[in-house]
Order: sequence, then C-alpha cells, then structure tokens
Amino acid sequence: MKYSKKDLIHPIAGSRWNHIWSGFVGDKLAVLALIIFIFYCLVALLAPLVAPFDVNDPAFMDLINSEIAPSWISHDSRFLLGTDAQGRDLLSVILYGTRLSLTIGICAVLIQATLGICIGLMAGYLGGRVDNFLMRCADIQLSFSNMMVAIVFLAIFQSLFGIAMYQQLAMVILILVIGLTEWPLFARTIRASVLAEKQKEYVDAARVMGISSKRIMFRHILPNTLSPVLVIFTVQIANAIVAEAALSFLGLGMPATEPSLGSLISEGFSYMFAGSWWICVIPSATLIILILAMNLLGDWLRDHLNPRTYKD
Amino acid sequence: MNLLSVSNLNVNFKMKKQELAALIDVSFTLNRGERIAIVGESGAGKSILGFSIVNLISKPGYIKSGSIKLENKELTKMNLRQLQEIRGKRIAMIFQDPMMTLNPVLTIGDQLVETIRSHTKITYKDARNIAIEKLHNVQIASPETRFDQYPHELSGGMRQRVIIASVLLLNPDIIIADEPTTALDVTIQAEILQLLLAICRDNGVALVLISHDLGVVSKVAERTLVMYAGHIVEEGPTLEIINDPQHPYTQGLLNALPQMTLPGQRLNQIQGSMPSLTERPTGCAFHPRCPYATEKCQQEQPSFIHSGVSSVACFLVEDMVNDFANQDEEDR
Amino acid sequence: MLIFLLRRLVQACFVMIIISVISFAIQDKLGDPVQQMVSMAVSSDEREQLREQLGLNDSFLNQYWRFAKGAIQGDLGTSYHYKEPALDVILKKLPATLELVFCAILLIIIVATPCGVLAAIKPKHPVSRLLMIISSIGLSVPIFIIAIFMVYLFSVEWNIAPSFGRGETTEILGLWDSGIFTKDGLSHLLLPSLSLAIALMPIFVRLIRAEMMDVLQSEYIRFAWSKGLSAKRIYFIHALKNTMLPVITVGGIQAGTLVAYTILTETIFQWPGMGFLFMDAVSRVDTPLVAAYLIVVGGMFVITNTVVDLIYGLVNPTVRLASHGL
Repeated sequence: MKYSKKDLIHPIAGSRWNHIWSGFVGDKLAVLALIIFIFYCLVALLAPLVAPFDVNDPAFMDLINSEIAPSWISHDSRFLLGTDAQGRDLLSVILYGTRLSLTIGICAVLIQATLGICIGLMAGYLGGRVDNFLMRCADIQLSFSNMMVAIVFLAIFQSLFGIAMYQQLAMVILILVIGLTEWPLFARTIRASVLAEKQKEYVDAARVMGISSKRIMFRHILPNTLSPVLVIFTVQIANAIVAEAALSFLGLGMPATEPSLGSLISEGFSYMFAGSWWICVIPSATLIILILAMNLLGDWLRDHLNPRTYKD
Repeated sequence: MNLLSVSNLNVNFKMKKQELAALIDVSFTLNRGERIAIVGESGAGKSILGFSIVNLISKPGYIKSGSIKLENKELTKMNLRQLQEIRGKRIAMIFQDPMMTLNPVLTIGDQLVETIRSHTKITYKDARNIAIEKLHNVQIASPETRFDQYPHELSGGMRQRVIIASVLLLNPDIIIADEPTTALDVTIQAEILQLLLAICRDNGVALVLISHDLGVVSKVAERTLVMYAGHIVEEGPTLEIINDPQHPYTQGLLNALPQMTLPGQRLNQIQGSMPSLTERPTGCAFHPRCPYATEKCQQEQPSFIHSGVSSVACFLVEDMVNDFANQDEEDR
Repeated sequence: MLIFLLRRLVQACFVMIIISVISFAIQDKLGDPVQQMVSMAVSSDEREQLREQLGLNDSFLNQYWRFAKGAIQGDLGTSYHYKEPALDVILKKLPATLELVFCAILLIIIVATPCGVLAAIKPKHPVSRLLMIISSIGLSVPIFIIAIFMVYLFSVEWNIAPSFGRGETTEILGLWDSGIFTKDGLSHLLLPSLSLAIALMPIFVRLIRAEMMDVLQSEYIRFAWSKGLSAKRIYFIHALKNTMLPVITVGGIQAGTLVAYTILTETIFQWPGMGFLFMDAVSRVDTPLVAAYLIVVGGMFVITNTVVDLIYGLVNPTVRLASHGL
C-alpha cells in the first residue's frame, strides 16, 4: 500500500480552523474580547504615535503639573486622564506602560512555549527514563508557583546587582524569570497530546515511509497539538502580565522611571490616601480589562477546541 | 389490578433547536410477580423506558405525555419527595455497569445501610443486620468483611451481587434491571442471571429486564416487548415470540442470534442500522431495513393489532390477519 | 501506602537540597562576611587569615556541607540588621503569617464550597449565574489590586477596619503571639485575610463547580437517586466527597501561589509576618535572613505538599491499592 502525501496530514487539521472561526463569529463576548485585545496590541504598538506627550522628553516630567485630576473633574484639557505625582501625563504613561507590560508578557510566554514544547515533545516522543525524569522536574517546578519563584529570583538578582544596575536590566531579567518558570504547563499538555497522537496511523505511516523521527515530531505531531497550546498561550500571557505587574508592585520589576502598569499602580497606591485616586485606579482598570479580555478569550478557546488541558 | 401500567408514554429530548421523540406512544402492563423483558438494539429507547418509569431520564429528556401508574398512583405527576418514597422501596433499579454504579469513596456497608435508613426509621445496627443478611442471600462469602470494604476491592461479578443485594433491601414490588449482565464476563453472566431469576421467583418480585440479547431474555422473562426506534413493535409471551416471531424486525433479531447460524457460516444480520433520533424515517420506522416493505409502510405508521396471543405493529401482519378474517367470513 | 510515603520523602529531600543550595549560594556570593565583621583598618593579610579561619577558602562542596550541617542544627547564620540568629527572627514572625493564611483558607473553604456546589446543582439559577460572572471577573483581578481596593473602601472611605499592622496581640503558652483573641487583633486581621481569600476564591469556586458537575453526571449518582435517597444526602455525601478529591490536589498546587500572595498581601497591609520581613531583608541586602526565609518557607512548603497527599490518600480509598502499582 502506498501512502500519498494527503494521508500524512491529520484528517481534521484543515477544517478545524474553519470550525473555530464560524463558532467564534457567533459568540459576541468572544468577539468583544478579541477586539479589546487587538485594541490593546495596537495601542501598545503605536504608543509613540498615539500618546499626547513624549515620555522621553525631559520636559515631560514637570512637578508644577503634579496630581492634576482627570479632565472631566479638573477641566484641564491638557491632561485627559490627569497627571501623576511627578507631573507626568497619565494617559501617555499608561500607553507606554501597556506597551511594556504586553511586551514582557508576550516575550515571556514565547520563552515558556518554546521551552515547554521542546521538552514536552522530547518527553512524549522518547518516553522511558527521559520522560520520567523530565516530568518529575515538571512536577516540582509546577508545585512552586511561578510568582513565588520569580519573587525569590528577582530578589536575589536585585541584591546581586545592586538596585541601580538591576533597574537597567529589569526588563530582560523579568522576561527571563517569568519565561523560565512556567514551561511545565506547556510541556505536560504537549506530552499528553504527543502520547495520544503517537498511537495514530499517520505517524506509523510516516515512519514506514522512512521519514526520520525528528521530522515526524515537528512536521506531523506539532501541527496537531497546536490547539491546546493556543489555549494555554492565551491564558499564560494574562498570567505573565499579572506576574509582571505583581513583581513591579513589589518593587522587584520595572523602575518608576520606566513604569509598567504594575509600577504605576504601586506608585499610585501611596497617593490613594491623599485623595489622588486616579493615579492608582486608572492603571488598575486598564490592567483588569486587559486580563479579563485575555481570560475570556482563553476560556472561549478552551470550550471550543475542547482539549483536555491538564488539570492536576 | 395491574401492578404497573404504562399507557401512551411519550418521552422527548429537548434540544436547542428541536424536540426529538425518544419514546412514542409506549404502552404496556406488568402484573404482580410477573417477569417481562424489553428487547431491541441499542438506541431503541429501551433504557429510556426503564428510567422513565421512576422518572430518572437524564437531561434534556422529559416525559411529554402519557401515564405511568403504580397500582393507582400516578408516577408522572409526583413531586421529588413522593418519588423518593417509591424509588428503592417499591421500584428498584439495577444498572448496566457494576464498575460505575457503586460510589468509589463509600464502603459497601454505607451504601447499603443508607438505602434502608432513608426509607425506614431503624437503628444503624438493625440496618446493618438486614444488609448482611441480604449480602448472604446473594451468595456473597463472608458478608461481614465485605460490608466494610470499598467497591474497588471487589470484582465485577461481586459488585453486581452487591447491587442486587442493595436492590432487595426493602423488598420492592418491581425490579428494573437495565442490561444487568452486559458488562460482565460470560461465565459470570449466567450466574448473575440465575441469581436474579431465583430471587424474583422466590420473593414474588416483578421484573422488568432490559436487554439486547434474546437468548438472555428467553431464559428469564415470561413476556417480551420488542422495541424499535422508540416504538413497541411486538409484544407477547416469550415462547411465542421466539418460536413464531411476526414482526420482520423480531425475525431479524432472532436470525441474528449466533445459535441460528451453522458453525463457519456468516452470521445473519439485519441490513442497515437503527436510525438516530434526528433521522427517523416517516411511516413505519423499520421500513428502510425491512425486506417486505411496501409503499404503505413508507407513509403510514402501523397500529398495534392482536394476532393470536401476541400484538404486532406491522402492515404485513395486519393484512394477513385481515385476509384470514375475510376468508373466515367467506367460508361462513 | 509505605511505598507512596517513601516516594514522597525522597521527592521532599530532593526539593530541600535544591532550596538549600540556592540559599547557600545566596549567602556565599552575596556580601562578604569578613567585610561585615572587621573594620576598614584591618590589613589584607589579616583578612586573609580570617578567611582561612572561617573556612571561606575551602572548596564549594566543603562549605556547603558546613552550611547544611548548620542548617539541620537550626543555625542559619546571623541577620546583619537584627544582629540575631536569622532563624529566630523568622520564627518570631511565623505566627502572624500562619494566622493570616489559616484565616484565609478557612474563609475560602466556608465560602467557596457552598458557592461551587450551588453553581453545580442549579446551573441555571440566577444566583449561580451571578456567581460564575463574579468569579470570572475575580479571576482577572490581581491580588494586589483587590488588596488596594479593600484598603481604599474599608479603611479610607468607610473607616470600618484598620489597614495596616497587626494590632493588639496576646501571648499564648509563652511562644505564640496571637492576634485572634482580641477585638483589635481580629479587626486588623479582617482585611488582609479577606483579600487573600478573595484572590484565591474564584479558582476554587470554578473548580468545585466543574468537578461537581462532572460527578453529578456519573452512574453512581444516578444509582443513588434510584435508591430513593434524599437530595441532601446525594449532593453532600455522594457527590461532594468525590468532588473534593481533585480539589485537594489543586489546593496543594496552590500552596506556592499562596506564599507569593502572602508576600504581596503582607507588603500592602504592612502585616508583620514573614513575607513582609522577607521584602524588608531583600531591600536591606540582609542575605542570611533571605536565605533563612527560603529554607523555612521551602520546608513548610514541602510539609504542606506531603500533608495534602496524605489527606488525599485518606479520602480516596483507591489510593492504597493504586500506590502498590507505582
């Protein structure tokens, strides 16, 4: 029996995306969540163009303008969302903050996914002792939450480099630490899918045709395990952004001179008691809406792709 | 008076866009101490019929119309509390898969005692004694030890015995057994069936046995109902149905039994498969698979007519009966 | 069961070794003890001598061995800032953190279980729908924002409960400073524990609901109905016990999150617990204290996980058999 190329492609790979898309358009909440997410991405991407002020301009920070309420209260038309304690236009700072938060979130999850997918494929495909060892590591890594590990490591780095030096490297370190801590989630899901796919005929078919095992792994199994990965990817971006915000809030993340949403909220917290609620509330709302949209998107994808995402 | 009488029962499934009929105009009666069987392929609606008697159809199914009477009590009109008094105490059920039927985190004893204590006010100790006695009755060795064990410590056949014991606890009038032996090993099937038969006979309990296996049915039931696609298509004494099946579907079922085939020969089977709920054909639901189907069968639903000691819903039989009647008249 | 326990023990030791290596590396690489001990005037020869005496020139493994031996005997070095043994400093703060965590866990169990069960039994009821919407939103609000708004509402706007510190404490049995026996202490406990509980609640409500709905579909629940048991018994004995098995596992996994959340909560409410102390130690570069915190929290973490597994084994009768197969 000869296998044609068509036999080697997973039978439902093509129609799956059509199915997702048609279900998607019917769900208003999912569409709304996607629109919000795209809006955030656009705003983050175009922050330098959209922001009313240039954050890198030395004149941007002016203490004379500090703590001006949003324009609908103060009627100061220069600052739509008011200013923070250092006289910076809150809207501009938030735009740049969103840009930073999203960048860190997406980069960190890209690292997680790359690491997790490679380890998961290896464990699932090679099996045996390798599998056992890798999954034991994943168990241990997963039982420490990423937030806890990140706090510990960032605290260590901060003491290691000294605060001034650390602040310069903050972004890279944040991405690395968040990126390296939650790979097991990807690895386990991929491994489970690989184990399931391994039983199927088209993998055997590929092997019979003499295609190398590496090729089988990446060309045939990977495309079919993408849907569970997509779900985790979405939810993990939300988690990474929250983690970044929490770390920045603790003073272990982005410095106040280059604020992400977390550092903005942290800074605003101290002025809350003085009555300048907007410095804290507006960035918080920005963050919550972003996370909510991502979670809704993730939930929707999970329900529709219905992969058995790993529970325990 | 009949112990149980079901008349014109209609059960529907409420889906998002449409209502699907799972049972259509089902009627039958059951006398005290009588053993009847409901047979048909999977998807015929026989399990739904069993569950609907005690109103345990799983969502989105519901009883649309018809009546189910236990003596003179109408079961379909009862609220949950009234039903709870009937369930277990007057009508008890045995499920298909003993591996799934017992709660894995409760001991055998807990699950037996709770049944007694939720229906009668007696002490734990008395309830325990009853439970152990019933375990003994179903031929479980050292019931005292089993009492404190968890379901996973027992084999499949043993669990089905425990379930039969639990069903007997309150001396019910009716036991509904939904494929009680299907999930078991062949050797154990016969034992369990024998046990069930003996218990019903000795205690005068009426049995509704739901099965796809006419071989099983012939050993236990006095009367048999054959179901197809939500309808009862033939009803009569088991012996009559096995020796002289009238509905083409019943004939097909009988022919498909392995005993009906010589060794080495291909098994006989009914062409095609049972239509799903969404694609019920018009007229007689069996006509696409029926070797004798006529144009009439495609358009009209045959009614239930008496033919000898059985009742059948088939135009073929109806025509034959009418011919006989006409001939009788001519002869006279 | 014995094999099961042994496996847990091996895993626990492995984790503790990793943690202790990290802690040791922190202490070793960060800050020079000699600099902390002697004045600037001491010559470099004398310093070298001191280094030799302290064993700082030994190999990494030798030094680690000494550190580990000390750690097992309870000697985790001396805090630079407090000038006291680091372990003592940490343990003094332990009661505050434990009280906070226990109150939060208690709140979660009391509130999340009935909410999850209700949402599973009556999924179409308006209250269940509201619960699901709230928990979906709650899942997206980071804990520090929850805490900030608790402070703002209860403390600044309504002035119901104090927003920082631990309030009045009493000493029990001479070793435990407790805040739960005074009205003042309790009112201080309210906001932090509530924030912590609210942050973790949505996960549990959703989990309990999902698991319970799964369980309610099962055959043994239908069989229980067919036996004529009361709804109360079916929901709370037959279904809930099976629901709790996966919930316990996930609860164990959340222990790490709980530690992180405790640090955040304690920082916001200036709760004088271990997390607050840790952030303080980090900003002061008090390395022995940081290392000691890691070891203590790591130890508690390992114990919690083992206990969770044990509870799981007790609730789930099948574990005893299954563990033989491993």
